[in-house]
Amino acid sequence: MVTHVWRRKLESACLPIAAVLASLVLFGIFCAVVGANPFEVYGSIWKAAFGRWTSFQNTLIRAAPLMLSALCTALPARLGLVIIGNEGALVVGGIGAVALGLGISTAPPLVVQIGMAIAAMVAGGLWIGAVGALRHYRAVNETISSLLLNYIAIALLNHLVGGPMRDPSSLNKPATYPIAAVNMLQSIPGTRVHWGLVYGLVACVIAYFLIQRTTFGFAARTAGGNIRAARIAGLPVGKLTVAICFLAGSCAGLAGMVEVAAVHGTANESLNAGYGYGGILVAFIARHNPLAAALVSVLVGGILASGGILQRTHGLPDATVLVFQGLVFLVVLYSESLYGKLPFFREKPAAMVAPPAPPPSPGQEPVVVS
Amino acid sequence: MSNQRFLGLSRRQVIRGLLATTAFGVTAKLGTGCSRSASEGASGADGSDSITLGFIYVGPKDDYGYNQAHAEGAAGIAAKYNWLTIVEEANVPETTSVEESMRSMIDLDGAVAVFPTSFGYFDPHILKLAEEYPEVQFFHCGGLYQDGVHPKNVGSYYGYIDEAQYVSGIVAAMTSKTGKLGFIAAKPIPQVLRNINSFTLGARSVKPETTTQVIFTGNWAEPVKEAEAANSMADQGIDVLTCHVDSPKVVMETAERRGIFSTGYHANQAELAAKGYLTGAEWDWTTVYSKYAEDIRAGKTLTDGSIPHVVRGGIKEGFCKLSDYGPAVSAEAKQAADAALAQFQDGSLVIYKGEVKDNTGKVVVTSAEELKQQDPKLEQMNYLVEGVIGSVS
Repeated sequence: MVTHVWRRKLESACLPIAAVLASLVLFGIFCAVVGANPFEVYGSIWKAAFGRWTSFQNTLIRAAPLMLSALCTALPARLGLVIIGNEGALVVGGIGAVALGLGISTAPPLVVQIGMAIAAMVAGGLWIGAVGALRHYRAVNETISSLLLNYIAIALLNHLVGGPMRDPSSLNKPATYPIAAVNMLQSIPGTRVHWGLVYGLVACVIAYFLIQRTTFGFAARTAGGNIRAARIAGLPVGKLTVAICFLAGSCAGLAGMVEVAAVHGTANESLNAGYGYGGILVAFIARHNPLAAALVSVLVGGILASGGILQRTHGLPDATVLVFQGLVFLVVLYSESLYGKLPFFREKPAAMVAPPAPPPSPGQEPVVVS
Repeated sequence: MSNQRFLGLSRRQVIRGLLATTAFGVTAKLGTGCSRSASEGASGADGSDSITLGFIYVGPKDDYGYNQAHAEGAAGIAAKYNWLTIVEEANVPETTSVEESMRSMIDLDGAVAVFPTSFGYFDPHILKLAEEYPEVQFFHCGGLYQDGVHPKNVGSYYGYIDEAQYVSGIVAAMTSKTGKLGFIAAKPIPQVLRNINSFTLGARSVKPETTTQVIFTGNWAEPVKEAEAANSMADQGIDVLTCHVDSPKVVMETAERRGIFSTGYHANQAELAAKGYLTGAEWDWTTVYSKYAEDIRAGKTLTDGSIPHVVRGGIKEGFCKLSDYGPAVSAEAKQAADAALAQFQDGSLVIYKGEVKDNTGKVVVTSAEELKQQDPKLEQMNYLVEGVIGSVS
């Protein structure tokens, strides 16, 4: 069984890497068709995304909101739910952070910052928690409801920013009153990357331990693997669903707080900049593993960071970077279907009777009835 | 040793292939690495007589609208001056992305001035970068510069395009058979209200009974709502449509399909509505950018005050213009519009001259007042003039 373990580990590392390489090749073909030299393009991507410390910071800045927003899809996925309400949770998180930040603006900065983070997490958590509750108690499809809640969140943002929360001096771009400069999150010393990156990394590590190393996470994975078995085992599936959804939403909400408190200083329409949708991509490439999500965020951040140089140096259209991102997503999703299919990664048959490859679902551990 | 095959290849072949690819990749990377430093050296060597300007757009460069107008301006100066290099990025959101784009243009491409054209780039992104790069000049379209508050290397430019809207209004009113015009607008903010009001005042200057129905879609790019609004206006008997959204494409196409007239905005949309396009209020950013490019080349800077921090202009200064008249415009309408244009050229026409009432009957400009285009009161407009059907809240 030892070979079995390393082969499976190797498989789950090799397939995504191979998929990314394959999509690079496809993208190179695309570039060649459009009239750019693929190898120069690869070189530029490398240079703009990872090549130097200054450009790597560009990648990290773009990766920071993706990590938090990816967890909004990755956590419920372990429970078998496909939630794509990241954008909405991020937006309501931003609104919550601004509301609280303006409300207690006279308190010491640290208190205000912690307060904003908590407000954003609660706001985002309730938003996605509601999706989980609808799913469990009313059997509303969580994908559709979370998608539709995105539109409601954006409409709510536009309404609040254009009406009740509007700063009258923001004439041509409606925004809320700004958060006082002392209460803003600073950059990590020595870099221009804001603290959102650290929040993201910490959240990914915590999420990993929560899911993989605690009984709570085990219960969630069990419910995700086989909901009937989980019920028979006496697991509180409803509470688990709502709790996981709440945690997922609070991660995206925290991303909203970081956008408000580290970047914009106010809540306005720029909050809704597509980080939520980027997060979905990250979660799927990472196969809903929170640690992998942190790495993949850096990869996607790098792709986004290279968008500029493709336009400036190679004269490629502005949508090129989206083509690249789309290719990566498609090839990675395709590669999911190869798990357990490639003979190299299959365990050696000890006898002539080859056992069937175990399903790749995360809930494969036996259910222990206590 | 098993004879398992990986996609029909033996393991040895696979390993050999992977090694070859890696080696190729490494050498390819080295190759581009060298060419990069070479090109940097080149731009550094002739940096004394060539300047690089960076342009950033929030949407695509071919949107028939706001971004296209700026991209045409940038392309205009790139073609005009051989000592000028421009670098451009489109579809850059108003987030940290624009900061990184500006930074790359400055650090990697050696841009001496950047033109981030979207309104939302200003605060906090441009202000932050301007402090970080005091030797680079930042020109922002939209105008929020406050002396003493903002960094000295930030400038602002914008045009009084409502003058062109006024003339469009004249053409629209003279062409309309029903006397009902339609205006599809993004948000009830001062810049937009000013265009709606000027368009209506222009229309009512030739036909005082003309009305303008306004619909706010709520956001800058809402193609579905714009099409719905255009259709419902056509159903109401409105026969000339115009708009103030980022891309007028949908409105123009819908008007053409419904067989009604349209006047354009931002850029020239004549090719989208060959029959019904009357004229349009267009930006002419080439004028503005040429002036800036020549000033920068001459060594002038915002910091020492030799380039003004706030640059404004209308038809007279060449900041905006009218599209060529379409086939449906009568000789009479052309005459009236040309007369108004001539008055804007010599500065004798003031749009907001008393007495102007809003559409609730309140006097907003008294008969003693004459608000010239530079008047700060106009920048805070929060009303719709008499003759506009709609409300700002």
